[in-house]
Amino acid sequence: MTGVAIVGAAETTELGVIPHMSQIQLHADAALNALKDAGLGIADIDGVATAGESPTGIAHYLGITPTWVDGTSVGGCSFMLHVRHAIAAINSGQCTTVLITHGESGRSNVGRGSFRGMGASTLTGQFETPYGPMGPPTMFTLPVLRYMKDFGLTHEQLAMVAVVQRQWASMNPRASFRDLITVDDVLNSRMIAYPFHLLECCLVTDGGGALILTSDERAKDFPNPPVYLIGTGESVETPMVSQMADLTSSRAFRVAGFAAMKEAGIKHKDVDHLMVYDAFAHLPIYGLEDLGFCERGEAGSFISEGNTAPGGSLPLNTNGGGLSYMHSGMYGMYAMQESVRQIRGTAPAQVDNAQVSLCLGVGGMFGASGCVVMSRAPH
Amino acid sequence: MANSKRPLPQPTPETQHFWEGTRNGELRLQRCDACAAVYFPPRPFCPECSSRMVSVFSASGRATLHSYVINQRPHPAFAAPYSIAIVELEEGPRMMSNVIGCPQTPEALELDMPLNVVFEKQNDDITLPLFEPAGDRT
Repeated sequence: MTGVAIVGAAETTELGVIPHMSQIQLHADAALNALKDAGLGIADIDGVATAGESPTGIAHYLGITPTWVDGTSVGGCSFMLHVRHAIAAINSGQCTTVLITHGESGRSNVGRGSFRGMGASTLTGQFETPYGPMGPPTMFTLPVLRYMKDFGLTHEQLAMVAVVQRQWASMNPRASFRDLITVDDVLNSRMIAYPFHLLECCLVTDGGGALILTSDERAKDFPNPPVYLIGTGESVETPMVSQMADLTSSRAFRVAGFAAMKEAGIKHKDVDHLMVYDAFAHLPIYGLEDLGFCERGEAGSFISEGNTAPGGSLPLNTNGGGLSYMHSGMYGMYAMQESVRQIRGTAPAQVDNAQVSLCLGVGGMFGASGCVVMSRAPH
Repeated sequence: MANSKRPLPQPTPETQHFWEGTRNGELRLQRCDACAAVYFPPRPFCPECSSRMVSVFSASGRATLHSYVINQRPHPAFAAPYSIAIVELEEGPRMMSNVIGCPQTPEALELDMPLNVVFEKQNDDITLPLFEPAGDRT
């Protein structure tokens, strides 16, 4: 039981390619939209959390005098961790109303601080960078051949992850890519880093999103029905993908997912809607297994048989995901925005009677994870 | 054959012994004197039991190909396509490296194939451990 709910949620007015807006303004555009969604003014906010920009910078830019800030930055799932930390802060009385913002000029690169990379004396700089990895497409992807050999996952099944998510995206007017694709389309798209083809890698876009959280007691007094936060979890494993304990499973996924489901007091059958951060096509496969929705080695066939597709038993990544909806770099915020829409009943590809949504994020290359369970009813 | 544009490591006090080792043609690992765990990357305590009583030793250099990708995009220091691999050392730890001395294709790069370490000098300070197929060794 957390006692805290989401009362405001919004993305940036535009998504995709936004060259006329700087990164900090993407944060602010989403924040102002979320304030409007919640019927609040900026003076009502007394807690600020963000990643990518500093909470100092965001508070000053928006004109907030916070009594609580969180700048936890562990990659694209940072916003899930902010939700978890904000719950603790609100419940302990450190603040009453928290604004969590994300904005990223991932494609247009306007007003985005330079990427410092990992210095040559860090462990990554000494023991990974010299061998030629070029960011996520060559690092996040490194474990999958091990998974394919150990569990018999086929190239066609991996491609089906992208095919199914495009089916969801085709129903979403804000999705970057909406034309239906086939397995052949995926396997014939340009090879990026074997075994990953272009259509098995996430988009690179601009955008932002923001959430506003407050206590359950206050949450009923807002324009939109509360989205209750009934369970959360977080963990980290390693900053070096080469040092994962098991290349076929994420320890951070398992720890964060278990904690969130335990706190929520739910079983797998209680989950009506699932989001798994999909920077690359293997992520939903790992997520389904590490959360316990599928036995080890079975998630590839679970997806390719249509169980996560429109009309399937476990709707997954219903906005189209990072593969088709949008991916600015730190996608976790958009996964949570879709969970909020599904619980509110306002998603473009709405799941019938979605009561409980589980949202799993990843940070770095299987380095970190945050998990948030949202519900239409309080705990 | 050193590649002058390759990003090179900058050793720290805790990793100095590893890079001294590669300069001398040794792949050095560490073993805990208390619990016998063998580990990598270097640090002056055991990641399993936190003991500070640890020793450096020279590994066999034998490994297997645990997983990899073949990068197709241009890199300033590498001629694509090239493999980026995770190798599993005979002693247990895994490390990132490149598999050289064979075609950079899925057919030539067979998972779990035996590999041997080779040392490629980059400059007077830095020699990198790379791996090549071990041939018929099983």
